[in-house]
Amino acid sequence: MSDKKPERRDFLFTASYAVGAVGAAAVVWPLIDQMNPDASVKALASTEVDISSVKRGNTITVLWRGKPVFIRRRTEEEIKEARSVKMEDLIHPEKDEDRAKNPEWLVMLGVCTHLGCVPLNDKGDYDGWFCPCHGSHYDTSGRIRKGPAPLNMEVPKYEFVNANTIKIG
Amino acid sequence: MSDHDYTPSSKVGKWFNDRLPLLTLANHLTDYPTPKNLNYWWTFGGILTFCLITQIVTGLTLAMHYIAHADMAFESVEHIMRDVNYGWLIRYIHANGASMFFLAVYIHIFRSLFYGSYKSPREIIWIIGIIIYLLMMAAAFMGYVLPWGQMSFWGATVITNLFSAIPLVGEGIVTWLWGGYSVDNPTLTRFFTLHYLIPFLILGLVVLHIWALHVPGNNNPVGIDIKKPSKDTVPFHPYIVIKDGFALLMFMIVFAFFVFYSPNILGHADNYIEANPMVTPAHIVPEWYLLPFYAILRSVPDKLLGVVAMLSAILILAVLPWLDTSKIRSAVFRPLYKQFYWILVADVLILGYMGAMPAEGLYLLIARVATAYYFLHFLVILPVLGFKEKTIPVPLSITESVLGGSPNLATARNNESFDKSK
Repeated sequence: MSDKKPERRDFLFTASYAVGAVGAAAVVWPLIDQMNPDASVKALASTEVDISSVKRGNTITVLWRGKPVFIRRRTEEEIKEARSVKMEDLIHPEKDEDRAKNPEWLVMLGVCTHLGCVPLNDKGDYDGWFCPCHGSHYDTSGRIRKGPAPLNMEVPKYEFVNANTIKIG
Repeated sequence: MSDHDYTPSSKVGKWFNDRLPLLTLANHLTDYPTPKNLNYWWTFGGILTFCLITQIVTGLTLAMHYIAHADMAFESVEHIMRDVNYGWLIRYIHANGASMFFLAVYIHIFRSLFYGSYKSPREIIWIIGIIIYLLMMAAAFMGYVLPWGQMSFWGATVITNLFSAIPLVGEGIVTWLWGGYSVDNPTLTRFFTLHYLIPFLILGLVVLHIWALHVPGNNNPVGIDIKKPSKDTVPFHPYIVIKDGFALLMFMIVFAFFVFYSPNILGHADNYIEANPMVTPAHIVPEWYLLPFYAILRSVPDKLLGVVAMLSAILILAVLPWLDTSKIRSAVFRPLYKQFYWILVADVLILGYMGAMPAEGLYLLIARVATAYYFLHFLVILPVLGFKEKTIPVPLSITESVLGGSPNLATARNNESFDKSK
């Protein structure tokens, strides 16, 4: 092979293989992409929640995009506890002020960032949440403090439509 | 394929065989020369074939009644259990059949490890076997998701989330696997499709596994090369067929015990609660056959490294033929390896137990030590042992070892202990 000079035929072979490879990839892509979220799944992008009945120190769980969302109305002590934590003590440093714009309301995905279990309310070493699957502890701001989870529980995009209604998504 | 020429005796047979040599293949399989000293640990290949066929047949019949939809899957499984004629029996055979399949495959793998069956010239057989084992785990995992109980749902969530540990593209891959933003109906329907496909892939690989086996022939408890056919071999039929058949009957007694007397003992009660994306069960445990790897995953405190360690624990087996530097195959003639082998067996059993326990305190510590030892065995002990170990001289032939007529005293003495160990 190596001592032979490239001929016209070698060029034709290489060009044919290249066109063939592009064609095969073009055919394979729809077969792969069909597994991604479809239009009907994407259409369920936002949900509105009535929060008027939630008392201080209580959490409600709603389903958004098939995932639980925790909406907690925090007590003064919980807010104080969340805001007094030093940034260097955090595994994934985020200010509570950035996570809860309205300090009374904490809205976040109730999904452990380790392997996706739903953490339990009012449990764990940091008065927040505890994941029963592999033992991750979250504080009153939903930030990871101890355990295998790498990140804080995610705060989704949400807004207050009025004083009693939150729109998630 | 055949080592000898074969001509069918009948005219029709010859006519057919000249056009499609199926009779030559059948003749090769019946006459296939097999080492005459194979013990009962060699019967698990046949048992595994039985397991695969059982799973395919019961799976096909279950698929006639099962509905792969998030709203109906759980109910359709209960419908199978209560309404479908013998549905309970077929489902219990299928569910326990998965456990029996893994029980047999673990014995089969550990037999290979003891007798060095993975060594040259049988590396390809071994690697195909590891691929089959990986596919078995994928099929078992997806099958466990189909009843859409709590363990199904949360097992699926945890296992698919393993991929989110991959940097940059991880989250995208998980969304792609789910077909949504969580495990849901699209996930269930694709898992059903793949669960249906994989057994047939395994069937194809089993054919390659046996084909590759028939090139060098079986390894044997003495682990030496044999001439075939010779006085060291017996034809597969009837000798091995009868022996495999007897072992299969014994195996089926164990199988039937589980199916008829404790069909749910290997499962988890939480899976009789319908999937609920809002509540995670307090204890998520995989099926028993995945527990050692689950323990390895949990013993590493970092998410990505935990996943890497778990996958490495399986994939390290694929390069085992090159990690084990000893030229001697059978542990019978490797006094040190024999001890390390049993330590490894104990280590894997300990890992399995720790995988079922909560990941905290002493359990976590033991799991970490056992994980470290697992890798130490393959990456350090095996390569070094091949150079350091003083092995016992191997006999020149199987016949010599069977008859005990060895000129070498050490070999003769070893034959005695070998007979006892059987």
